[in-house]
Amino acid sequence: MYTPKKHEPVRIGFYVCHCGTNIAGMVDVQALARYVATLPNVVVSRDYKYMCSDPGQEMIVQDIIENRLNRIVVAACSPLLHEHTFREATRRGGLNPFFFQMVNIREHDSWVHTDRQLATRKAMALARAAIQRVPLHKPLEVKKVSINPNVLVVGGGIAGIHAALVLANAGKQVYLVERDPTIGGHMAKFDKTFPTLDCAMCVLSPKMAAAGSHPNITLWSYSEVVKVDGYVGNFKVTVRRKPRYVLEDLCTGCQECVEACIYKEPKFRDEFNLGLSKRKPVFLPFPQAIPPVVLIDPETCIELKTGKCKKTCVEACGDRKAIDFKQKEELREITVGTIIVATGFQIFDAKRTPYYGYGIYPNVYNALEVERLVNASGPTGGEIILRNGQVPKKVAIIHCVGSRDENSNRWCSRVCCLYSLKLAHLIHEHTQAEIYNFYIDIRTPGKSMEEFYCRIAEEGINLIRGRVADVYPDPSDGATGRLIVQAEDTMLDCIMKVPVDMVVLSVGLEPHSDTEKIRRLFNMSCSSEGWFLERHPKLAPVSTFTDGIFLAGCCQGPKDIPDSVAQAGAAAAEAFSLIDKGNIEQEPNTAFVVEAECSGCKSCIPLCPYTAISLLPDKKKAYINEALCKGCGTCVAACPSGSIVQNLFEDAEIFNEIEGLLAPTSF
Amino acid sequence: MENATPSPAGNGSWSPRIIAFFCNWCTYTAADLAGVSRLKYAANTRTIRLMCSGRVDPQFILEAFAKGADGVLIGGCHPNDCHYAEGNYKMLRRFQLLKRMLKDLGIAEERLRLEWISAAEGEKVKSVINDMVKKITALGPLDLPGKFADWDREMTALAHAVESAPVEKEVAHA
Repeated sequence: MYTPKKHEPVRIGFYVCHCGTNIAGMVDVQALARYVATLPNVVVSRDYKYMCSDPGQEMIVQDIIENRLNRIVVAACSPLLHEHTFREATRRGGLNPFFFQMVNIREHDSWVHTDRQLATRKAMALARAAIQRVPLHKPLEVKKVSINPNVLVVGGGIAGIHAALVLANAGKQVYLVERDPTIGGHMAKFDKTFPTLDCAMCVLSPKMAAAGSHPNITLWSYSEVVKVDGYVGNFKVTVRRKPRYVLEDLCTGCQECVEACIYKEPKFRDEFNLGLSKRKPVFLPFPQAIPPVVLIDPETCIELKTGKCKKTCVEACGDRKAIDFKQKEELREITVGTIIVATGFQIFDAKRTPYYGYGIYPNVYNALEVERLVNASGPTGGEIILRNGQVPKKVAIIHCVGSRDENSNRWCSRVCCLYSLKLAHLIHEHTQAEIYNFYIDIRTPGKSMEEFYCRIAEEGINLIRGRVADVYPDPSDGATGRLIVQAEDTMLDCIMKVPVDMVVLSVGLEPHSDTEKIRRLFNMSCSSEGWFLERHPKLAPVSTFTDGIFLAGCCQGPKDIPDSVAQAGAAAAEAFSLIDKGNIEQEPNTAFVVEAECSGCKSCIPLCPYTAISLLPDKKKAYINEALCKGCGTCVAACPSGSIVQNLFEDAEIFNEIEGLLAPTSF
Repeated sequence: MENATPSPAGNGSWSPRIIAFFCNWCTYTAADLAGVSRLKYAANTRTIRLMCSGRVDPQFILEAFAKGADGVLIGGCHPNDCHYAEGNYKMLRRFQLLKRMLKDLGIAEERLRLEWISAAEGEKVKSVINDMVKKITALGPLDLPGKFADWDREMTALAHAVESAPVEKEVAHA
């Protein structure tokens, strides 16, 4: 590779990208190229329609060869998008890729300003800064760090399960960590899925079982990630395994202990059925739970609360000896190279829209509760029976509860229209009830979705376009719990008051209430709504800003099952591509100490968050361990004698940038 | 267009120039997001990308003022969110010290600003920049290079005056 010698004159090639009209529409690119041509050391200055295209990159390569360029500056989009592309082009031209500087005149200029003259002026200042900076660039070597092939998948819903299986099938060791006692997530609670109306558990349970028994998957349910240290390729993760008071290896899932529990009847709220049924203190969350291991709830178990139970469960367990009341929580430490976060969503709490009466009138249900009611393994065995024991004859389904609403969540939750149509179909099928769907708009994007909508509409449900204003008890009939749903039919321009026996609230999807905690744990970012932020909405939709951490499923935003699974596959592929490469290239932006100038004052040592700096005892000089340095530059800024240098961000380079940005404008 | 931004120069009238130091992980990305979202803000800032706000050397700030900046904006990750654990706190400490020093140097407090802007807060990039431009426009130009030139002239004039003054032959030493 060609490295210009120190005394060799600097020869800069400057390129400004039109980006179609994205840049050229607001920045006078020709004027910019003409201006830069007048700056010192600039040999070539061109503008081109798309610099990132093959011909654009080829132009750089050819110019380096033909014009003996030894520095390249490209003014285009954000370096976070295309710095790598142009460094590669620089390398292909025979130069060290770090003899390159990028100028962001799209995201930071043409897209955010409205005055062409000012935007051009700003672009000139930014370009000048780069032209003044780039002569100081030094040839640098990219460091390669090996990558641990193990993967952590956080969250055992359909996205997490799918991602774990893809990687495990490829021979990778996967840790699947789930906070609940069983994997399966929300999908395990659903009855049928739109648009095919196939049964959710029929497709999910084989995948759950496969994940539970896969030799390459270590499944830790009832566990939570509590600490994440380290970096891509080498994350040290601490997982807290909560005690289930049942030894996983010994429990066969026979549930004889549940039978034998001192409580003859189930008495406590069953979380899996959202409180629509009861369970005992020792229980299996649902029949197909994976792992098929019971657990004991310390809040309700007499032995765990008082130590004074007959322990009939232990008796029933007998020789298996799977019950252990002394079990303690365990902290397990694992090392993985990549992490897939698939922590899912929570449903909107309908109590936040009190005018719909959820939690006030017993016949108002949220959609997830109705999923359990229509489910054959649900609390009513698939019969839709109201809390008062009756079968509803008229049902209202209210769309967009906690979605598209200025007062709660502004986003569209994407799945509610379709699941509302599905529930309309299922409720009608089960009860022959008359169904009223109140909607704002029917949104059915995606493959086969519109056809599904048409099919359901033709089945004869009443689709009423109008947001429901109020749900209140029918004054003429207080005893049966009948409700009046009041809405404006915006098609007919009239107020409707529909008496119904049951109201279903199609609640939206929202980020978990402890999203902030999870975000911190993995050092990710959140969108303003609280969904985890992808690195780029189009080009890096499953990556995060932290290398080696990927996103799958609804934690990134509302999605249906096919999209969650597709995204999980994509996240697995991203992780796999890192692992398979075997190593990661690290930006060579580390710092080093110029020993001759170091006074050994030790100011830098406590500042380093990675303890990369130590004092060489014989020389009394600071020393930076390059392998530990992550390139933040905090020590560089703090060094009183200026003897620490950060590659790519040297003091002199920044000073030149400042000077370039502020040079008197003569244009 | 709804942005009520001060009309920056271009027609000969003065408008502030602000140097912004943005950390790579939060604020620079937020500024990218502002771009992708096509938010509109005043064209007075010029951004320098650093890996971390902890890299901002106080000398960078002083140099920016000395070279003619009317304001300096530093953008970092929110407390606890620093990509490098705590670089933003290091910046905060320097910022507090530097602010006191700038006051002594006669540089108004509003000219130096530190903001925590996360990668999701494109909107905040817009509002902070617009607000800063408004405040500094009200303050008027800092023009340290001009002042330096004035001082140089004064010093030269003083030196001339001293040299050309008649030298007293006898100095009484009491």
